[in-house]
Amino acid sequence: MSVFPFVVVAWILTVGLYGIITSRHLVHQIVCLIVVQSSTYVLLLGVGYKTGAVAPYFYDIPGNTPAVDPVVQALALTDVVVEAAVTALLVAFAVQAHKRFGTLDPEELRQLQG
Amino acid sequence: MSGSTPMDALLPLTVVVPLLGAAGVSALNPLFGNRRRLLDAVAILTAATVAGMLIIIMVGTAGGQQVYWFAGFTPSHGVALGIDFAVDQLNAGLAVLAALLVTAAMVFSWRYFERVSTYYHALMLAFLAGMVGFCLTGDVFNLFVWFELMGVAAYALTAYRIGERGPIQGALNFAITNSVGAYLTLSGIALIYGRTGALNMAQIGQAIAGHRPDGLVVVAFALILLGLLTKASIVPFHFWLADAHAVAPTPVCVLFSGVMVELGLYGVARVYWSMFGVGLGHRTSITAALSAFGILTAIVGALFCFRQRHLKRLLAFSTINHAGLFLIGVALLTPLGLTGAAVYVVGHALVKAALFLCVGIVLHRLGSINETLLHGQGKQLRITGVVFALAALGLADLPPFALYLGAGWIGQSGDTRGMPWITVVIITTSILVGAAVSRVAGGVFYGIGDPPSEDPRMGEEASEETSETDEAKSRVPLSMIVPPAVLVALAVVVGLLPHLGPTVQAGAIRLQDQGAYNATVLAGTHTAHPRAIMAVEDAGVTVTDTVTGAGTAAGSLVLALVSLYWRRLPLLRRGFEPGTGLVGPIRRFQSGVVNDYVTWMVIGLACFGGALALAIR
Repeated sequence: MSVFPFVVVAWILTVGLYGIITSRHLVHQIVCLIVVQSSTYVLLLGVGYKTGAVAPYFYDIPGNTPAVDPVVQALALTDVVVEAAVTALLVAFAVQAHKRFGTLDPEELRQLQG
Repeated sequence: MSGSTPMDALLPLTVVVPLLGAAGVSALNPLFGNRRRLLDAVAILTAATVAGMLIIIMVGTAGGQQVYWFAGFTPSHGVALGIDFAVDQLNAGLAVLAALLVTAAMVFSWRYFERVSTYYHALMLAFLAGMVGFCLTGDVFNLFVWFELMGVAAYALTAYRIGERGPIQGALNFAITNSVGAYLTLSGIALIYGRTGALNMAQIGQAIAGHRPDGLVVVAFALILLGLLTKASIVPFHFWLADAHAVAPTPVCVLFSGVMVELGLYGVARVYWSMFGVGLGHRTSITAALSAFGILTAIVGALFCFRQRHLKRLLAFSTINHAGLFLIGVALLTPLGLTGAAVYVVGHALVKAALFLCVGIVLHRLGSINETLLHGQGKQLRITGVVFALAALGLADLPPFALYLGAGWIGQSGDTRGMPWITVVIITTSILVGAAVSRVAGGVFYGIGDPPSEDPRMGEEASEETSETDEAKSRVPLSMIVPPAVLVALAVVVGLLPHLGPTVQAGAIRLQDQGAYNATVLAGTHTAHPRAIMAVEDAGVTVTDTVTGAGTAAGSLVLALVSLYWRRLPLLRRGFEPGTGLVGPIRRFQSGVVNDYVTWMVIGLACFGGALALAIR
């Protein structure tokens, strides 16, 4: 297994965090959060990858064929479901923020301080 | 475990019942129509049923761990195939606490809200399911899923008053910071899965126990802890907490402060003792790294608490202070430290929940939660005033409220581990926090001292709050005053329980015995007498603890009086009034901008990871 997927993971994670920190638009910031989460998909699939292995369906192949790890794929799927819920909620908040504050710049939301 | 016992049937029901309740009230929404009382009753009954089931389970675990494998996927030859609930006294006790507080919050909500949407009940029940599942699970990915369920319900509840500005900002800050933490936790879980090929905590622990901890294990440990510490509001991951507490409906604040934050710390203890403990070797340097964060958190929380005038934020910062103290208790790695943290958590939850509910009554009756505007206004709220004052003294470690025992045991265990300054941190920060809350009790409910000077910004904040509640009524409804009074009484009862220390310490020793945990989960063999990793100290009620607790409470009262009468005192007359000094820097620090909060998280991760790497090197 090569180190390449993990370099990609670190890159996606860093870019996502950088985006959240520097963002001046809530929707952009929420997308950056999705980018951070995307790094976990790549990490999970990278962890379970095996060179030369097949997809883990043992319907029409011999049982001892090398296959990639199906557990991480299930985890990634669960992760996607979690992300869908969180993102939907956050985008709903962003819509309301636009209605109430008249802006989507997180630095312009100034109701809570101190 | 073989065979099916009544316990096996109960364990999954503790999460199934609230989830079904949540789905049920949502699905049957059209049938409920405007019969809101029916909806309230269903929610209260569901929460109370869960509490009852969990109490039965907690009593049943007195003899040891209970393990339930979902769908009957029991381990095969020591390899975990399915997902399990592994229940011991401490996590069952925490789940009981969560269910009790949800019940109290739902009873309080009966008259608190003028109108209430169905999704409030559904979200509260889903939140309860998330918390119970998080406590009981024995599978680390499952832990993440419950963590997220708990999180999503909490974000939505924070934004319950979606039509206003504060709740939207608070919920956004809460959701984004906690999601970043959760995803980093998931990365850590993925890394440790890559190393061990397991998701069951016992099996992961077994796999990494035999080797010297390498970089990957340390990184995974740091990442998993990051999300949990964010939930536990440990400095510098704590910024979301004050914002979320300031805007969430009061009954929801009860759950945030009372158990959700503490669940983050339970997660730290569980992950350490069931997965990493033996592998990392219980080093003193881990205690040093974690307790440094705990001490910082306790100090920052106490200082911010003392200078607050917004009652919900004041209580929120007090929670941050206590979270720091709990982390110290967990970080000591001793049975007595964990015992102290557990008792402290229970006492704090009961007292803090009562304080929040009293603030809810103040908001309900007087239409404000700003100490400046409320000075002397609460005199007619006699019972509320008494309950609030008692809870304030309890928070300041006055015996026989359970908190003084927790504080005493953590301090005592710190002494034994050569860290006597832990007692100093506990006493000084408790005095600051106790003084802040006692100051509110004296000023708002009894009109003692001079009113604080006006702060124009506060009026604006306070005006937003009023829409949360019913119109002011002539007297406080019974359903609102009984829950806080019962909770305060419970805090005394817990403090007076005979054999409290030894019983909880037995639970702590069991939680800390990774070998016994592995044997029970993976092989089904029960260990009657778990082995303590560190020396067991006597968890008794000592004269020193009692005197220290009473002294802390007395110190709080003196400081509270000083801060109420500061204008008339010779030296302080020219000094800073609490809440007026350093306004600019503090607003820039606690800025309300999520970008800043995530920046602090990244800095915190770097420091925390660095400290752990040095500690485990």
